[in-house]
Amino acid sequence: MHKNLRWKLLSIVAIFVIFFGLGVYPILAQRYSLPAPGWLKAKQLKLGLDLKGGVHLVMRVHTGDALKIHTTTTSEQLREALKSAGVNVSSLALTSEKSFKVEGVPQDRDAEFRRLAEEHTAAQYDRSAGAGGAYEFTMKPNIESDMRAQTVVQARETIDRRVNELGVAEPNISTYGQSNDQILVQMPGVTDVARAKEIIQSTALLELKLVESGPAPTREALLQAHAGQLPQDMDVVTGPAGDGDGTVHYLVKKIAAVTGRDLRGANPTIDENNRPAVRFTLTAEGARKFGRVTGENIGRTLAIILDNRVFSAPRVEGRITDDGRIYGSFTTEEVNDLSLVLRSGALPAQMSYLEERVIGPTLGADSVRAGVLASLGGLAVVVIFMLLYYKLTGVNAIIAMSANLIILIGLMAYFGAAMTLPGIAGFILTMGMGVDSNVLIFERIKENLRAQKGPRAAVKEAFERVFLTLLDTHVTSLIAAAFLFQFGTGPIRGFATTLTIGLLTNLFTSIFVSRTLFELVLSRRPATAQASARPLSI
Amino acid sequence: MKIFTNPNYDFVRWRWHAIALSLVVILAGAYLIATRGLQKGVDFEGGSIVIVKFDQTPNIPAIRNLFGGDAVVLEYGPRANNEILIRVKRTGSEIGADLSREADKVVTTLQQANLGTFKVIGTEIVGPVVGEQLRKQGLLATVLAMAGILAYIALRFQFSFAVGAVVATLHDLLICLAFLAVFRYDITLNVVAGLLTITGYSVNDTIVVFDRVRENMRSMRRDNLTTIVNTAVNQTLSRTVITAGTTLLSVIALYLFGGEVLKGFAFTMLVGIISGTYSTVFIAASLAIVFQGRKPLKGQPAAAPTATRPGRRRAS
Repeated sequence: MHKNLRWKLLSIVAIFVIFFGLGVYPILAQRYSLPAPGWLKAKQLKLGLDLKGGVHLVMRVHTGDALKIHTTTTSEQLREALKSAGVNVSSLALTSEKSFKVEGVPQDRDAEFRRLAEEHTAAQYDRSAGAGGAYEFTMKPNIESDMRAQTVVQARETIDRRVNELGVAEPNISTYGQSNDQILVQMPGVTDVARAKEIIQSTALLELKLVESGPAPTREALLQAHAGQLPQDMDVVTGPAGDGDGTVHYLVKKIAAVTGRDLRGANPTIDENNRPAVRFTLTAEGARKFGRVTGENIGRTLAIILDNRVFSAPRVEGRITDDGRIYGSFTTEEVNDLSLVLRSGALPAQMSYLEERVIGPTLGADSVRAGVLASLGGLAVVVIFMLLYYKLTGVNAIIAMSANLIILIGLMAYFGAAMTLPGIAGFILTMGMGVDSNVLIFERIKENLRAQKGPRAAVKEAFERVFLTLLDTHVTSLIAAAFLFQFGTGPIRGFATTLTIGLLTNLFTSIFVSRTLFELVLSRRPATAQASARPLSI
Repeated sequence: MKIFTNPNYDFVRWRWHAIALSLVVILAGAYLIATRGLQKGVDFEGGSIVIVKFDQTPNIPAIRNLFGGDAVVLEYGPRANNEILIRVKRTGSEIGADLSREADKVVTTLQQANLGTFKVIGTEIVGPVVGEQLRKQGLLATVLAMAGILAYIALRFQFSFAVGAVVATLHDLLICLAFLAVFRYDITLNVVAGLLTITGYSVNDTIVVFDRVRENMRSMRRDNLTTIVNTAVNQTLSRTVITAGTTLLSVIALYLFGGEVLKGFAFTMLVGIISGTYSTVFIAASLAIVFQGRKPLKGQPAAAPTATRPGRRRAS
């Protein structure tokens, strides 16, 4: 045997073995409980949600919420600063989620106002002056887009923590779509959809705010002391009445004394009546702030507000530093879930569901079974045809195509690409092109043989010529796949990934593997004119 | 075993008939789509789907009555599975966790109707925003992929060939859509995967013929383009038929045994492969001839063969 040929054969066998070990063997090992090292099992070809069953959610992050919180905080800080400097303005209010307006700045204090505004807002807000001491502050566009992007990242990280705490294996949480405010959450194997949705979506914004007045049975009663007008630095929040019947209203400061960001942990516990409650602990920074606020306000009430709803409003008995309790009428499961979401941090903004798909495990298994059965059936038909039509040469095509499949599965497992239904479509196109490549080569060899070329020359010329054809067909498909990957969404991407890998492996197997096999067959004939005259069985 | 021995059919002669036939099918499909509309699945239009499995044979007419005209009730998969798909066009609002409201309503209605015990095995709820997004992005990706193919073929072959290939591919996509409309298949993501596969298949098929035309242009310099193209189509005929035949066989297997989820995909492939083979033989190269007109070809001397350029001399 030719030395060159021996090396080619060896490398083909090596590649075959490596990819078989990476892709096909772990699947067989799992099915028939054969021995396999753990790292190999971990690398096993993953099934997509549509085949495995699970929950697929697309959510939108209301990034405007984060802007609003920031604008509120900035405007309130400016208000405090103006108050302590003795600059009295007639009004200061939000005009949108990213802008606020100050009116009635006294002429003689204008310079002082500008100085304070510069100090508190200039880094993030553009200021424009209007008539009669009016100023409008608008968030700078670059700050706005940064903040929106950051909000989505924070939301994604928070959801990531929550899903992990739920104990979901191999979840996929990523930003999604072209509008940059969507998050994709895929949770294989999850069946309690309602609970998962609730946990992912609850904002869990914990705020501790000093109560100015209340509780009162109605909003009007609460605002009587303020002539029916809501003071600009205050908010009205509601919660259940102490006897558990009806709703009461509280007037609280807009700015929270402590928020969920100051939390270090949260755990289920019980209150003095042995009812489930949540105990939270604060970070060092949070404890310092909390200690100062509680120390200065002994005797007043402090509202514990979760997602704009007052859960309890205990009286501050003394200086509290680093822990507190949230109690209400909770069940044990509610307490567990609340601890979980508090621990994982608040979502920076509200979330909405845009798409929900739940694939039951039986549905997914049915699809896999049907898909595999049909693919095997299709393959069997192709194999039988190739053997009937090309006889022994058909074996060559079957080896090349099997190598293609095995390398494709191995590469997909190696890259961690999941097998989905559109992925199966990519598989089928790859197989189709694989058959086509072989047919192209065989037909060209036949043609060359008819043109009275010797078998060696016929094979050599056929491969050289068909290589150009295959290059063009494969590059064209690769270009298409690249665009589909770049601009398509999830399922279309799955198709593009499988197709890209498949095209590359196909080029390799139909050119290199198939040609080596031909050379192997030809090398067994003596290279004499007599032998050449013997027809090649094709 | 041989399929064709030295075939020599005059395919190009039939090009106007073929183009006319294709136009009739496409226009009929377009008319159907315009009047009846393509049935977009929830993936692209938004809506809610609930798939349930009954413990015994479900009473489908009773379930249809239950939901009235605003829901589609279908058997899902083989009858013995006792599985039913219920689709409504509505979803809950895209605010908070409300999206699943309509799907939940379907389940509650079914439970209250006492038509037997069942289990929900799958739900799909796509809000209008995502539906719109999937539609737009799918279209954008396809258009750009086509543009990429056009550019590459124009670079490697000639512009007229590129136009021929892209028109032939669009032809196959339109034929598929026409058939999907006739047989009332829902346009789902899986069907779109099928359409993408057909795009790949059809372009591949066309390029094989163009490649042969390009090769013949060098060896058959005295012949006109029509003869060259005809020869190329004939030379590649057995390959075209074998490839189409084997692929078709595996797609038929997929259609018959591939299960309910893959049905739309397999149907698209079935139509697309037949149409793709037909367009390769009758449409693509013929269009290239039509678009080429009387312009000289790359690799062929402009008018009367003047002095041969060095490096281009070939023994033929």
